[in-house]
Amino acid sequence: MWRFTVLRVLQAIPVILTVITLTFFLIRAAPGGPFSSEKAVSPQVQAALEARYRLDQPILQQYFSYLADLAHGDLGPTFRYPGRTVDELIVDGLPITAELGFYALMIALVLGVTAGVVASLKPNTLQDYVPMGAAMVGICMPSFLLGPLLVLVFGIWLQWLPVSGWGSTPGDKLLPSITLGAMYAGYIARLSRAGMLEVLSQDYLRTARAKGLPEYVVILKHALRGGLFPVVSYLGPAFAYLLSGSFVVETIFQIPGLGRFYIQAAFNRDYTMILGTTVFLATLIVVFNLLSDIAATWLNPRLRYQYK
Amino acid sequence: MAHVIFGINLTLAIPALPLMHSHETILKASALLLLSLLLSACGGESGGREARVDEGIRLGVLHKGNGAEPQGLDPHTTSGIPENHIITALFEGLVSKNPQTLEVEPGVAESWDISEDGLSYTFHLRHDARWSNNDPLTAEDFRWSWQRAMTPALANVNSYMFFPIVNAEAFATGEISDFTQVGVEVSDPYTLQVRLRAPAPYLLQLFDHHTTYPVHRATIESFGDPSDRLTAWARPGNLVGNGPFLLTEWEVNSRLRIEKNPQYWDSAAVQLSAVVFYPTENLTTEERMFRDGQLHYTEDVPIDKVPVYLRNEPDLIEISPYLGTYFYIVNTKKAPFDDVRVRKALALSIDRQLLVETVLQGLYEPAYALVPPGTLGYQPPRVFEYDPEEAKRLLAEAGFAGGQGFPPFEILYNTHEQHQKIAVTLQQMWQQTLGIQATLLNQEWQVYLDTQKNRNYGISRRSWIGDYVDPNTFLDMYISGGGNNYTGFSNARYDEIVLHVAPRTADRQQRYTLYKEAETLLMNEMPILPIYTYRSKHLMSPCIQGMPENIMDWITWKYVYLECPAQ
Amino acid sequence: MTTADLHVIPRGVSLWQDAWTRLRKNKLAMAGLVFLLLVTLLCLLTPWLVAYGYEQQDLRLGAVPPSADHWLGTDTFGRDQLTRILYGGRMSLAVGFIATAVALLIGVTYGAIAGYAGGRIDNAMMRLVDMLYALPFMIFIILLMVVFGRNLLLLFLAIGAVEWLTMARIVRGQILSLRQQEFVEAAVSLGLGPVAIVWRHLIPNALGPVIVYTTLTIPNVMLLEALLSFLGLGVQAPAASWGLLISSGVETMEEYPWLLIFPGLTLTLSLFALNFLGDGLRDALDPRTAKD
Repeated sequence: MWRFTVLRVLQAIPVILTVITLTFFLIRAAPGGPFSSEKAVSPQVQAALEARYRLDQPILQQYFSYLADLAHGDLGPTFRYPGRTVDELIVDGLPITAELGFYALMIALVLGVTAGVVASLKPNTLQDYVPMGAAMVGICMPSFLLGPLLVLVFGIWLQWLPVSGWGSTPGDKLLPSITLGAMYAGYIARLSRAGMLEVLSQDYLRTARAKGLPEYVVILKHALRGGLFPVVSYLGPAFAYLLSGSFVVETIFQIPGLGRFYIQAAFNRDYTMILGTTVFLATLIVVFNLLSDIAATWLNPRLRYQYK
Repeated sequence: MAHVIFGINLTLAIPALPLMHSHETILKASALLLLSLLLSACGGESGGREARVDEGIRLGVLHKGNGAEPQGLDPHTTSGIPENHIITALFEGLVSKNPQTLEVEPGVAESWDISEDGLSYTFHLRHDARWSNNDPLTAEDFRWSWQRAMTPALANVNSYMFFPIVNAEAFATGEISDFTQVGVEVSDPYTLQVRLRAPAPYLLQLFDHHTTYPVHRATIESFGDPSDRLTAWARPGNLVGNGPFLLTEWEVNSRLRIEKNPQYWDSAAVQLSAVVFYPTENLTTEERMFRDGQLHYTEDVPIDKVPVYLRNEPDLIEISPYLGTYFYIVNTKKAPFDDVRVRKALALSIDRQLLVETVLQGLYEPAYALVPPGTLGYQPPRVFEYDPEEAKRLLAEAGFAGGQGFPPFEILYNTHEQHQKIAVTLQQMWQQTLGIQATLLNQEWQVYLDTQKNRNYGISRRSWIGDYVDPNTFLDMYISGGGNNYTGFSNARYDEIVLHVAPRTADRQQRYTLYKEAETLLMNEMPILPIYTYRSKHLMSPCIQGMPENIMDWITWKYVYLECPAQ
Repeated sequence: MTTADLHVIPRGVSLWQDAWTRLRKNKLAMAGLVFLLLVTLLCLLTPWLVAYGYEQQDLRLGAVPPSADHWLGTDTFGRDQLTRILYGGRMSLAVGFIATAVALLIGVTYGAIAGYAGGRIDNAMMRLVDMLYALPFMIFIILLMVVFGRNLLLLFLAIGAVEWLTMARIVRGQILSLRQQEFVEAAVSLGLGPVAIVWRHLIPNALGPVIVYTTLTIPNVMLLEALLSFLGLGVQAPAASWGLLISSGVETMEEYPWLLIFPGLTLTLSLFALNFLGDGLRDALDPRTAKD
């Protein structure tokens, strides 16, 4: 087990390095710089700006300086907000995105698993079709369609919930979380239904029933565990999807999270911010996948041999 | 066969191992969290809670939608409108402006004398002006601040504004490094003398631009090199200013809060207790926030909502002329646009009236010149009209009758709904009237700016907002080789008027006559295609007072207060 | 058995025929198939079907709700929405099919090579896939589109580049398990080279999951394109794609709800159809998940 873990950790390092390098050179290839203003700037001003941000150095030198700083955990100053560093902005934005993702995942799990389990108990009946139909809607309706619709209904017509923001007005966390979680609720519903269907026909359940256990005990205590394993395996990739999904939701609801910072940075050509956020997010994803893999393998030793 | 979902190999997953109670625990935990989330939402039933705007009125706190998130608050390194709104509340310059007429009023300077030849200005500063940490404010603060603003290493994009001052340009470009040679002198702690190399009738207006605002030397120096733009002095808790408000809170991308500054010399006149600025890049969301009672004032209004408000709630929307022109620039060095007849044909075939009435919801004024009308009393000349027949004739004369043989070209604009709408419409108009094919090229802001600067365009969208209220701020764009002149336009007489003759003309009306001549010259060459002049539009709570409309959309914060009109 | 009996050997049913029969019974999947065929046909024939150009403006008219002249209404430029939705369909479906085809091509080739080669080559290739899997693709796509401008070709390639990984994994898994089977040994002993074996024997047998996954990838791709267009990074005006139409519809959804409803409905229904079809195919091709 340890060998496996170490191996996986070692594999993760080149991935992160690739991300850093790729992003660094990709963003430098972009036309336009971070300081272009509508008014023309004199060559002296331009030169001074570039010098301050080390942009006048040869590109390889910039790359290695960046790596050196990175080793200290210093992601550099942002281009767009002079006086603020990338680390700061990430620290500001991350908890919000994490909270959003967390609520979304919780909603997805609760709604999805319930729907999937309920549907699996009576396949091909209304009890199956209705939740699975809803799941399909969740999957097929893009978040930028669902979000505004929810805002229209609950925020404007009914006026029950605020239309934007996060943490500034009570209740403003609900709609964004639902919007983000809806798609994953759909997938999880399907996964759990499929998993449950597999499990429900198994013999050991017949044994449990033969023992005289009430049906709900059979389901909850015995079927659920096996049936939901696919859901657990899905959590790793789900994290990555959630992160990218949050970009859109944060934009729709004006949430000051990391996703929105990232999109703005991309549009503003804020090199250091883009680089820093990408590195950070990629590392997070890699770590999360790693943990998820390790957990899944620990629970199911057979997976360890995938790499033989 | 592997049962594959999303690439995850689940063959090995199906046989159930005795997994811990993990699933149930996860489920129970999630259900609980969900419940708490829902309950938190229930706490905010809109019937029960007081809307933010009402609370604001009660407490004297104004909530303003401010457009893009401010990049920074250092008056010498920023240059945007969102930043300007905040900086004018935190700092004060030599002069201030009357909120209605925009004529110059005393600021930190109580009075001033101007010499006969217009080359020397002497400012007498008030003795009771202080910094927010109670330090006295003296003429030396101005001298030091201006030196900082002009220091090349700081890279202040607005340093060119100081250039009328003797040797300022030389200092800012690094030719000389001794600031004592620059025409700024402190004769005693409360007297500041400015010497100009040529008369500049608009100079006083210039001194209310934030790049000329004073900054607190001790604070900045305590954070590092004053000409390092990356220090953290402009943050809550660090920033020391001399304006009516103090910076108390700034959560990036979330909100920025300023509160009344008791050290301000005129704080008795300041009636608001605080202002909160919200970043509102998305206009639709901003409008919803306003309707939801979260904002008193919005920076802009989505164009499709304008007629709705005008029809149903005219008291809530304010539309007024704005000191800006929207136009297309033409690369006069690139065929076929090097032929003035082609350029004129393009200009004459735009039905501006139709564009404004339909796509722009009747909001703006069609423009037939560069300078907006009403710029401190100036009226631009009208050199041409919408004339499709004449346009066709001109195009034919240039050798492209009916559009035959006219090379396809691109209309460049930066990514924005508005620019797209206009470009699409003009593309259609040119197609229908002249028979020429255009494609649309939209680029990110940065890329778009670069493309223009590198002259890699044929036709591009442009706009210009005036820095101060005087036609000169528009006209000096198009002097030969001007840094903002991306068209290649060059006319000796135009240069002469703008650079030499007009600044030396003391009488305003005579000066304006000269400017009309310059504009006529410009329109005869047509390196730019004027489209419309701006109107600013805002959604505004009727309870805001002291914020009259003016052509610069300028807010003089100390006069603003919240009081609802009697029903 | 006498030679006479040879004539009465019952005709076997191939995998495909069996699958088709089962698919036919799945009403939702068939409905999806029919819907898709219809939409695809309409979109292909659009230039000959429509009364208006997709760029054609009628500024005086502005945005009007559905009427006899304009069955699905017009937008603020007076452009006919039905036309724009159909053209948008061409764009969205094109992106969906082409990008998926790109993913298919790369993925199948890669996976087949890895699966057939086995051993260290397979290990190395799959290691690479794992590494790439970990990259935050959304981030890279955004970066790519921002850096290189919104080039349609780039869009196809970028999206295809994201989806091929899973395809490769599936194909490899299939090939790995098929490789052990006897018919492959037979082919080898017949003297067939690896390319022929892979191409003529292995891949056709692996097609089942590939088809299923392809059908399920198309909606993902279409969603991705819609998302990019929403962020301003995908298809550019005045061209239309469903994503773009939806994102402009959202801006004015209170005043002109039809500008949001129709494109939204079209996209959602198409995605439904593709997903139901994909599900149906999976059920039809995988005996284990058969409901009967």
